[in-house]
Amino acid sequence: MKTNDVIIQFTAKIVFFIIFFFSIHIFLAGHYTPGGGFVGGLLTSSAIVLLIITFDINTIRHILPINYTYFTAGGLLLALATAAYPMFVGKPFFTHFFDYFDLPLLGKQSLHTAMLFDTGVYLVVVGVTMTIIQTIGEDE
Amino acid sequence: MLQVLYIFIPMLVAIFVPLLYKRMKHIHTGWFVLAVPATLAIIYATYIAQVAKGEVFTAELPWIPSLDISVISYLDGLSLLFSLLITGIGSLVVLYSIFYLDKHKEKLHNFYVYLLLFMSAMLGVVQSDHLITLYFFWELTSISSFLLIGYWYTRDASRLGALKSMMITVGGGLMMLGGFVLLYLMGGTFSIRELITIAPNLVEHPFFTWSLILLLLGAFTKSAQFPFYIWLPDAMEAPTPVSAYLHSATMVKAGIYLVARFTPIFAASELWVWLVTGIGILTLFWGSFFAIKQTDLKGILAFSTVSQLGLIMSLLGASAVAFHTNSSVDTIKYAAFAAIFHLINHATFKGSLFMIAGIVDHETGTRDIRKLGGLMSIMPISFTVAAIGSLSMAGLPPFNGFLSKEMFLTAMLALQKFEFFGFDTWGALFPIVAWVASIFTFIYSFYFVAKTFTGNYKPEQLPHQPHEAPIGMLISPIILAVFVIAIFFVPNFIGDMFVKPAVQAIQPFLYTAPQDVDIHVAAWHGHITPELLMTIGIVIIGVLLFVALPKWQGLYQYLPQAFTLNNAYDKMMQGLDTGLNRLSQRYMTESMRHYLLYMFSGITVIVIGSLFIKDAFRIAWQEASPIRPYEIIIVVVLVIGTAIVILAKSRLTAIIGLGAVGYTVALFFVIFNAPDLALTQLVIETISVALFLMAFYHLPRMGKREERMKFQLHRAIISITVGIMVTLVALSAHSQKLIPSISKYYEETVYSLAGGGNIVNVILVDYRGFDTLFEITVLGIAGMGILAMIKLRMNRKEKTHENK
Repeated sequence: MKTNDVIIQFTAKIVFFIIFFFSIHIFLAGHYTPGGGFVGGLLTSSAIVLLIITFDINTIRHILPINYTYFTAGGLLLALATAAYPMFVGKPFFTHFFDYFDLPLLGKQSLHTAMLFDTGVYLVVVGVTMTIIQTIGEDE
Repeated sequence: MLQVLYIFIPMLVAIFVPLLYKRMKHIHTGWFVLAVPATLAIIYATYIAQVAKGEVFTAELPWIPSLDISVISYLDGLSLLFSLLITGIGSLVVLYSIFYLDKHKEKLHNFYVYLLLFMSAMLGVVQSDHLITLYFFWELTSISSFLLIGYWYTRDASRLGALKSMMITVGGGLMMLGGFVLLYLMGGTFSIRELITIAPNLVEHPFFTWSLILLLLGAFTKSAQFPFYIWLPDAMEAPTPVSAYLHSATMVKAGIYLVARFTPIFAASELWVWLVTGIGILTLFWGSFFAIKQTDLKGILAFSTVSQLGLIMSLLGASAVAFHTNSSVDTIKYAAFAAIFHLINHATFKGSLFMIAGIVDHETGTRDIRKLGGLMSIMPISFTVAAIGSLSMAGLPPFNGFLSKEMFLTAMLALQKFEFFGFDTWGALFPIVAWVASIFTFIYSFYFVAKTFTGNYKPEQLPHQPHEAPIGMLISPIILAVFVIAIFFVPNFIGDMFVKPAVQAIQPFLYTAPQDVDIHVAAWHGHITPELLMTIGIVIIGVLLFVALPKWQGLYQYLPQAFTLNNAYDKMMQGLDTGLNRLSQRYMTESMRHYLLYMFSGITVIVIGSLFIKDAFRIAWQEASPIRPYEIIIVVVLVIGTAIVILAKSRLTAIIGLGAVGYTVALFFVIFNAPDLALTQLVIETISVALFLMAFYHLPRMGKREERMKFQLHRAIISITVGIMVTLVALSAHSQKLIPSISKYYEETVYSLAGGGNIVNVILVDYRGFDTLFEITVLGIAGMGILAMIKLRMNRKEKTHENK
């Protein structure tokens, strides 16, 4: 899919970052307002898909030389580790912990192990969608 | 807690084995692995003194508390003995494997990962007090043994042997699970200890016999009893260290362990006594008789293992008889003692014999007994060890096998003295069969050692020029051979330390403490006993038959292959294979439309049927909210979009129509206050449309067949029924709420319990985190599947290009 539209390409470069940061925001905000790892991951991949569509897949592969299968594996491991961790401190599998901390710059914030699990979800979603899109897109 | 973690140590170390293998290529991975069983053996050895006094150790690790499932490690005499065998023999086997498996040629990381996995599983089996975790570990031994047997997976025989062992042992394990569930239903607890204490109440229960039979099926398949033994000879395709470890010393003894562990529960049953003793003695005879037919060294040992397992099994059956007598016949108490004692002895001599078979194979390149012979002068150390092991197996002094064989005969002679269960008539068969089987045992023991090490040396038939094995390979069998002799001279030390605590665990109805087991082992009882006379008879007839072996060995050829159990198994598997293939060819038409047709008709029949049966058609309009005008507009758009998808002449139109449907549904979510769903739906829709467009060029053009598709009545009926079904389910679900909605609970607890504000997200990551974990796993598998499918196809394409 070779296009040569300068305006689209220029806009896409900016829009990519907007979507990407929005996806991070959505992901982080997920615990209190709509969002979360699943949507965040999808949004991130849609940002990359936008780039793939405006440029072409080999260019993007060059710019973002990422092996997305590692994302999937890493995400699954992270999720599993968060779920399994409580067993080592004598709590049932999948117990989550949370507390409030005073962090520099950010002030009082709550920190969650559920967030780590959600990060796993995020990584898996990005990994899988991008793996699928890339393999199908590259298939000649 | 710590005691439970010991079980998992090998499994945890297994994770690092591939790393060690890759990073430290110049050191044999086995040296690192060796530390695991050696350390564990030392740890378990520290328990010996206290357990011998009658103490038991328990530790619990909660696993799924809400379902009352936890890993409970229970160390009493029986489980400690098995744990020591697993780690002790395990250390020797790993040491042996370091020299047996070439670090440059073999896939060592695979081998040791499987072996460590197996070690954990086996420790779990013998220490679990919880039925469900016991089952979990039990099947894990089957799976790891499958992997080990199929280690040389490029060989057909390895794969077939692995499959066969798994089919039989996992099948048996499933039966056993059924037995466990029945036990739970009867006793109301998963704990074996608690079941033993309430055992007298279970006997009258209607499930009792069923659970007994199912449990025994598990034990018999695992311990290769007749007629399930057929997998064990095929399992000999595994590397020899595996055969020495799994198929003589540990895994096959899991069935023995199970029978021993559950004897206190089932001993009251006549069926138990008859089944365990009868099948055991039949297996003893069958295995020993067919061992002489074998020409493969490991084949002989496999059949000999089958027969020795039968011996131990029959003794355990006899030990249950003691439940019914008040020690009126004094000698029956020997049965449990003899079973455990022989178990230890068997592990020592059979382990060393397997290792010798491996050495012969390694040094000469063949295990075929017809090609071997006269190796005595070339491999003197191997010959000595083999002779010690074989003579012990044959039951001759001064080796440990003699002692346990004597006690076995004592127990069998005692059986006929009982005046219940028909022992006074049929019981006479037991000593006779045992005696005949012992003669065959004697013959195959001599057959094994004589055909390999004496007779004519035939160097022209051997693939390699034979020489004595390297010393490292000999260490393990020599240590085991030393045990074989040492146990003969200090049997009572072994008896006090290991056997008596185990016997007390098997027969708690006779003994309250290990010290109460009043058995003294003696090689010479001070007078001529019937057992001794039987042994002399075994030796005389055995020697005569062995000398005459060439004259009667041809008898085995008369048994037609068509009547063997192996043939029956093969026929059954073939029949299943072709039959099921034919069945799937019927409905696997490679047409997506047909598959959807099956699925949707199935779903509608099930759902509408159950709605009908449960009388669940309910439509309550009064609670429904009013329909607003713009909702009607969205529905109209939705219908139009769907119509476009169906009627579209080109694929591009269909894709755009589908996208429109998705976005309108997202709009609905927005209107109904589901921002999370709306967000997800929108992004998914965007990505899937992009994906469609990306794959667009690769899709085949819509054929003329599709364009001119005729109206088909049955398809229309099915699609309309599906629509009606979904509507009915939605309306019925809305109209009848017996239980108040759960959302109230979430609203109240989501902040206090999970510290979050967004209910949807908290449900996803916390309340129902398990669902999400499995969902992302499925997602990951799907991604890998697509990757593999497309990449593999591309590789094949490249290859065909190369061929051109």
